[in-house]
Amino acid sequence: MATYAAPVPQVAAHHVEHDPSEKGQQGWTSWITTTDHKRIGIMYMVLTFMFFCLGGVEALIMRLQLGAPNNTLVSPETYNQLFTMHGSTMVFLFVVPAFAGLANYFVPLMIGARDMAYPRLNALSFWLLLAGGIVFYASLFWNPPEAGWSSYAPLSSAIYSPSGGQDAWIYLIHLTGISSIVGAINFYATIANMRARGMSWGRLPLFIWGILTYSVLIIFAMPVIAGAVTMLLTDRHFGTHFFDPSEGGSALLWQHLFWFFGHPEVYIMVLPGFGLISEILPVFARKPIFGYKAIAASTVAIAFLGFLTWAHHMFTTPTPEVILVFVMLSSFLIAVPTGVKMLNWVATLWAGAIEFKTPLLFCIGFLALFVIGGISGVFLAVFPVDWQLNETYFVVAHIHFVLMGGSVFTIFAAIYYWYPKITGRMLDERLGKLSFHLMFWGFLATFLIQHVIGLDGMPRRVYEYDNVGHLALYNQISTVGAFILGTGVVTTIINAWRSLKHGVIAGSDPWKANTLEWFTSSPPPVNNFDVIPLVRSVEPMKDIRREVQRRSSGAVVAGGATVPAGATQVGA
Amino acid sequence: MSHLAPTLLAFFTPRSGGSPNADEINTLYKITLVIALVIFIAFEGGLGYTLWRYRARKGAVPHQTHGNTRLEVAWTLAAAVVLIGLAVVTFTKLAAIQDPSNSGPNGDRVIAESGDESGVLYASNERKLPPNGKSLNITVIGKQFIWQYVYPGSGERDGLGAPYSYEEMVVPTETTVTLDIVSQDVVHSWWIPELGGKFMAVPGYHNYTWFKIPKPGIYRGQCAALCGRGHARMIATVKAVPPAQFDAWLAYQKQELKEANAEAAVERAKLNAQTGPARVENP
Repeated sequence: MATYAAPVPQVAAHHVEHDPSEKGQQGWTSWITTTDHKRIGIMYMVLTFMFFCLGGVEALIMRLQLGAPNNTLVSPETYNQLFTMHGSTMVFLFVVPAFAGLANYFVPLMIGARDMAYPRLNALSFWLLLAGGIVFYASLFWNPPEAGWSSYAPLSSAIYSPSGGQDAWIYLIHLTGISSIVGAINFYATIANMRARGMSWGRLPLFIWGILTYSVLIIFAMPVIAGAVTMLLTDRHFGTHFFDPSEGGSALLWQHLFWFFGHPEVYIMVLPGFGLISEILPVFARKPIFGYKAIAASTVAIAFLGFLTWAHHMFTTPTPEVILVFVMLSSFLIAVPTGVKMLNWVATLWAGAIEFKTPLLFCIGFLALFVIGGISGVFLAVFPVDWQLNETYFVVAHIHFVLMGGSVFTIFAAIYYWYPKITGRMLDERLGKLSFHLMFWGFLATFLIQHVIGLDGMPRRVYEYDNVGHLALYNQISTVGAFILGTGVVTTIINAWRSLKHGVIAGSDPWKANTLEWFTSSPPPVNNFDVIPLVRSVEPMKDIRREVQRRSSGAVVAGGATVPAGATQVGA
Repeated sequence: MSHLAPTLLAFFTPRSGGSPNADEINTLYKITLVIALVIFIAFEGGLGYTLWRYRARKGAVPHQTHGNTRLEVAWTLAAAVVLIGLAVVTFTKLAAIQDPSNSGPNGDRVIAESGDESGVLYASNERKLPPNGKSLNITVIGKQFIWQYVYPGSGERDGLGAPYSYEEMVVPTETTVTLDIVSQDVVHSWWIPELGGKFMAVPGYHNYTWFKIPKPGIYRGQCAALCGRGHARMIATVKAVPPAQFDAWLAYQKQELKEANAEAAVERAKLNAQTGPARVENP
C-alpha cells in the first residue's frame, strides 16, 4: 500500500539505447549469427516475400501464355516447369514459412517471454529454409522440375523425369521440411513452457492457438512426406521400386502418402491465418472476439479432422466406394467448425464500432473470399460432382480462394497490423487502401471466372487450349485480373520500403490493441520486456489500461512525465 | 431472351447431355448450387450489412459481449443439418450415376445378345455391369500422349488381335458401353465431360466407368491428369453412330487387322528366308 505519491504509471517501456560497443550486435554480419527471435522473424519475412515475388512472376508468365488460345509464348516444357515451380514455391517457400516468421517474432512477445525456447535451433530453421530455396531455384540453371508440385509417380520417376529437377524438388522438401519440423518443436516448447504468469490455456491469444495447432500438424504430417520423397529418391537412383508397378510397386501409394501429408498441409497453411483474423478483428471492431472457446475448440477440431480427409484429393482414382463415401462425410464434417468460425468472426463485427483501417480491410477481404473458397470446397467434397470438377480450373479457383483469398490476405492483414511494432513506423494508410483494393478486385477478376472455365471443361496444367466456347474471353479476363492483383502486391512492397524512413512514428500501441506485444516499445528491446506483467484475462492490455487509469484517476501528471513500465508493479 | 436462361445455366453448371450419368451429376450439382447460393447470399449479405450498420460513427458504443452460447450451438447444428441433407441427396443419386443401365431397345443387337465379348475375366467388386449383364466393353489405354481403345472381337485366347482405334472411339447409340481404363506408362485421366465424370488411368490398376449415348454425335474430351509435356494435346473424341453402322465399322476394323497381319506374316517369311529368324525377331 502506497504511502507516498507514486509517479503516474504509463503504458510505455522506455527507449533502450543500443550500446555501440555491444559485441556482435552491429552490422550485417550480426544478422548471420543472430539467435534473437525478432531478427530471425524479420529475415523469414524478407526471404519469404522474395519467394512470393518469384512465385508471382511464374504465375504471371503462365497467365500471359493462357491469355490467348493456342498461344506460343512458352513451350509445353517451360509451362510445366512454371506451374511446378509456382506451386512448390508458394507452398513450401512462402505461406508455411511466412507464418513461421510472424510466429517467430510475435509468439514470445504475445505470451510474455523473452525469446523462443531454443534460440539456436530457431536460427537453424531459418538457414535450412534458405538452403532449401537455394537448392530448389538452382535447378533453374539446369533443368527445373516438371511434374507439378504434387510430383505424381510414375511421372516423377527416373524414366519419365530423368533430369535433376525432380531431385531438386526432393531436396526442397527435405530441407524446408526439417526447417518446419524443428521450428514446430520450438514453437510448441515455447508455448507450453514459457507463458507469462497467469496465462493459462484458456487465456492464450487465438493466434497462439493457431500456431500451436500449426506446429502439431507439422510434426505429424511432414515426416510422412519426408518418407515419401525419400522413397522417390531411392526409386530414382538406388534401385528400389516402391512406386513402380512393373516391379510390384504401386503408383497409388505415392498419392496416398503425398495427400496424407498434403491435406494437413493446407490446414498448416490456414490455421495461423485464422488466428490472425481472431486477433485483428476485435481491435478494429473495438469489442472482444465473439466465442473465444468455440474458436479455440474449432481450431483443434479442424487440426484433428484434417487427418481424416486426404482421400478427397483422390476421388477419381480406383478406390473402393466405401472409402469415397467416408471421405466425403469427413470432408463435410470439417466444414462445420470452419463455418462456425466464419460466423463467430462476423458476430465479432456485429454491434461493434468498426474502424476501416487497412488491417481490417484485409480481414474483410478474407471473410468475403474465404467463404467462396469454402463453398466451392463443398462442391468438390460431393464425389460424383468432383468427378466432373477435379483436375479442372474449378479446383484451381478453389485453392486460390482459400490460399490467397484466405491465407495470403491474413498475412497482409498481419503485415499492416504488426509493421508498426516491428519497425516503429506506421505503413502509409492511403497506399495500404490502394493495395487492398487492387488485390481484392484483381483477385476476384483473376479467380472467380476460373470456376466457369473449369465447368466448361478446361483441365488444369495445360499449356494451351483450343478456341472453343468462351474460353478465350474467360482466360483473358483472368489474365488481366492477375496483373491487377500483382500491382496490388507490389504496392504493399513499395509501402513497406518507403515507410521504413518516411512512416509516421508508431509508438508502442498505435491501434489500442489487446495483447502483450503492444505492452513494449516499437521496436521492442532485445529482452522484449523490462518486467513481464501478470496476465489476468485473454485481453491483458485492456486490464493493464484499466489498472493504469484506476491508479492515475485524480492524480495530475506534471509536464507529461513518463515512467518506465518496469517501475510499475502492474498487478504484482 | 428465350435462350438466356439455358445460357446462364450453362455458365454455372458442368457439361452434360451425352449420357444419363452425366445428366444425373448435373442435377446433383444444381441441388448443391442452390444450397451454395443461399449460404453465399446470406453470408455476404450479412457481412456487408454488418460493415455498413456498425461502422464507427460519433457516439457509437461497441457492445462488449464475449459470445452467446445458445446462438453458437444453434448455428453449429444448422450447418450440420444442411450438410447431412446434402449427403442424403448425394446417396439417392449415387446409383444412377455409378450403375450402368441396360442398353435401350434400339441399341446394338449383337451386344444385346452376346454382351461382354472381351473374353477376359476381371475379378473386381468395383466393375459394374448393367442388370442384364450385357454391355459393350471397351478397354481404354492411356499412353504418353494418345488414347488407345481396344474393342471386343479378339480371335485369340490371350486377347490379342482385337480391333482397336486411336484417339477417336466409335460406339453404337442407345447401347450401354462400359469402359475398363488402364495405363501403359504414367497416370492419365479419361474425361469426356458430356459423358460423365473423369477416371484416372493408373498403371497397375483398372478403373471403370460407363455411358449410354442416346443419339449420334461427337463428344470431345482430353486427358485430365498431368502426364508430361504432351498432356495438353492428349485429346479424345467419342463418336456415337447408329448400331448398324457401328457393327459395320467394327467388322471393317477386324478385316483390316486380319489383312494387315497376313501381309506382315508374308513379309516376315520373306525376311526369314533372307537373314534367318533371329535377325528378324531381334533387329
